[in-house]
Amino acid sequence: MAHGPAKGFSRWLYTTNHKDIGSMYLWFSFAMFFLGGIFALVIRAELFQPGMQIVDPNFFNQMTTMHGLVMVFGAVMPAFVGLANWMVPMMIGAPDMALPRMNNWSFWILPFAFAMLASTLFMEGGAPNFGWTFYAPLSTTYAPASVTFFIFAVHIMGASSIMGSINIIATILNMRAPGMTLMKMPLFVWTWLITAYLLIAVMPVLAGVVTMMLMDIHFGTSFFDAAGGGDPVLFQHVFWFFGHPEVYIMILPAFGVVSAIIPTFARKPLFGYSSMVYATASIAFLSFIVWAHHMFTVGIPLLGELFFMYATMLIAVPTGVKVFNWVTTMWKGAMTFETPMLFSIAFVILFTIGGFSGLMLAIAPVDFQYHDTYFVVAHFHYVLVPGAIFSITAAVYYWLPKWCGKMYDETLGKTHFWLAFAGLNITFFPMHFSGLAYMPRRIPDYNVAFANWNMISSVGAFLFGAAQVLFLYIIIRTIVSGKKATDQVWEGATGLEWSVPSPAPYHTFSTPPEVK
Amino acid sequence: METKHEAYYVPEQSKLPLWASISLFLTVFGLANLFNSISAHKKAMLADSSLAPLGMFGHDGIYFVICGFIMFCFVLYTWFGQAIDENIRGLNSAQLKRSYVWGMGWFIFSEVMFFSAFFGALWYLRNISFPHLADASTNDILYNGNIEVEWPPAQTPDQIVNGDSASFVAPDKGMGWAGWGHVAKWLPFWNTVILLTSSVTVHIAHVALLKNNKKTFNLWLGITVALGIIFLGFQAFEYYEAVHHYGIKLHSGAYGFTFFMLTGFHGMHVFMGTFMLLVQWLRSVTKGHFTHDDCFGFEASSWYWHFVDVVWLGLFIFVYILG
Repeated sequence: MAHGPAKGFSRWLYTTNHKDIGSMYLWFSFAMFFLGGIFALVIRAELFQPGMQIVDPNFFNQMTTMHGLVMVFGAVMPAFVGLANWMVPMMIGAPDMALPRMNNWSFWILPFAFAMLASTLFMEGGAPNFGWTFYAPLSTTYAPASVTFFIFAVHIMGASSIMGSINIIATILNMRAPGMTLMKMPLFVWTWLITAYLLIAVMPVLAGVVTMMLMDIHFGTSFFDAAGGGDPVLFQHVFWFFGHPEVYIMILPAFGVVSAIIPTFARKPLFGYSSMVYATASIAFLSFIVWAHHMFTVGIPLLGELFFMYATMLIAVPTGVKVFNWVTTMWKGAMTFETPMLFSIAFVILFTIGGFSGLMLAIAPVDFQYHDTYFVVAHFHYVLVPGAIFSITAAVYYWLPKWCGKMYDETLGKTHFWLAFAGLNITFFPMHFSGLAYMPRRIPDYNVAFANWNMISSVGAFLFGAAQVLFLYIIIRTIVSGKKATDQVWEGATGLEWSVPSPAPYHTFSTPPEVK
Repeated sequence: METKHEAYYVPEQSKLPLWASISLFLTVFGLANLFNSISAHKKAMLADSSLAPLGMFGHDGIYFVICGFIMFCFVLYTWFGQAIDENIRGLNSAQLKRSYVWGMGWFIFSEVMFFSAFFGALWYLRNISFPHLADASTNDILYNGNIEVEWPPAQTPDQIVNGDSASFVAPDKGMGWAGWGHVAKWLPFWNTVILLTSSVTVHIAHVALLKNNKKTFNLWLGITVALGIIFLGFQAFEYYEAVHHYGIKLHSGAYGFTFFMLTGFHGMHVFMGTFMLLVQWLRSVTKGHFTHDDCFGFEASSWYWHFVDVVWLGLFIFVYILG
């Protein structure tokens, strides 16, 4: 077991090491983040002014679709899996992931899946153009031929997610060091345990729905075609049964990250640890019974509207518990504001704004006004960008010294934070206003009345994009020429991952530590 | 109480995961090319015009599929072989074995969720969509009141609107329960008997193994495999009947596609399960694998077999008896 990293490139191709695999996930996700970002900037460039400027409407639709798919499945999810790979074994005192070879398989499926997905841009008829939610019949009867490649890409990336999640669950349940009881696990481990459960529960449903599409397109079934006794609304039910837990899959690990960072820089233990665990579990449970709040306007019975409305509003309770606990952890703490902490505080504030607009959308009668407008776009970008993306960024700044043994430049980090913070608010806050004034989403042209808000949004988007280029520069600079980091790195940090040297040795905890 | 931790075997680096990814990619990439070209071909034939372009590799996608699939089988064969070999060499601690147990358990759970999507679709179409179509206002405006709630539906909405030129044509009759008088000739009943019996026989084999009675184990495991094969034979015959004598096809509307998709995916799982048990049987007979305290390969396959059995019970109730 004493084998070190192999020489040359084969180290990365054939590795079974959780740290190597974690790094590959993170770099892959970063690459996809830039790809999806470029798609977003094409959208914002077209929307800079009313009228048709840069791209034709069909290509615009391909951009909205590919932006969503790449960001959700290529950037956010693999980033969190990468963090889990790096941190979960070190946090629970395990020698590696439970099933190391399958772990590498989970990763290597992704580059192939996304190469196939991205190649659709160059196919006859163009890439998928039906939105990342790929509603039938847009994605069946009226879809470009490339939809078949999209379906199979989803199939294999789903297989990757399921195997990755099985690995994470087996690791957490079976590989904890002696004394590391469930209720002593860091919250990041807890949130990932629950996230992995959600993934195993809903990725097969996604596989099911794309299989139904495949059969409808090529083999004469009519799942989503009313002419054959099917129902397009069935698509939405099955999709959102996957889709709603999916949005929690993208945010629960983020909760875990900020629950690690805020106590460190407030120099106080996390307030209300056990209530955090129960709140996470409650959110996961509720995520299964709220899916139709995405479909209030599609024509579901009044009783359904009421049930899904109230169930959705219930989610505010456990989420409120979490926000309260983060704020209380900071209360009277000896706070300092290093870059990871800045991103985490911004997370708490801005994610809460996204949560509130979510509550507004949950109210069925007014959702008829907001549905399919930029208000929805503003809402989910406020939970995903300062939610998922900021927490991933915070995690990278927080753990990078442990990963590579070198410290990033604090001034550059803070610059990155303020640019990203400004960029994101300038981009997405105006969308609340254009949305409430009924600007529809996924349309390349718009009424001149929305011109100002859109111009501001586009400026903000390019600012945000530039901030991420700075992020890439900071990371490379740290790895190449950063100052040596201490083993402890952060004065207030606690947990097993800080008990190993920086950089963390290739194999940690080959014999498990004793946890008191 | 003292809990001592065994060292956990972390394998050396391995080429298998990368090759598994490559072969998986080749398979699905080929399938996508093949399906697209078949559909384009069909469309062009219908339009009776010159053939439409067949996509990047067109029908040649089949070569990717064959290549990828053979590679994939080979990778899995090597991978499982390696895992078995590691176990025989004594590298697997009790803790590592628990990882395999969790892995198989959660894999089966993911399969349960996959089937749930299709059961859910059947439920939704029968209990929400169909009554909605038959609802007075919709029915009168769109279908002249011709939709009647019955299962299988006598005609698809397509037929009501388009008559003989409809592309979705309802089946002549369903495969469902035809009363006690027909039980003896009703294949789903016999398939239920076969599958339930096979769950018992695999359990008998397990009990025998726990008593280290390898002869009995081999016998009853062999019987289980045989029952799996008989089930598949019956199902093939049932499909033949369905297509040729009942007019049930993938394009015969909601009844047809829910019937074939649900029983078809189940049949594929029975095939997988039978194959897995067959491999375990061969391992036991030819190599003498498995002892009472070291038989994970067999146990995992038998859990899978029980899972397939439970899914069948769901099918028997919701597709056949209530069908």
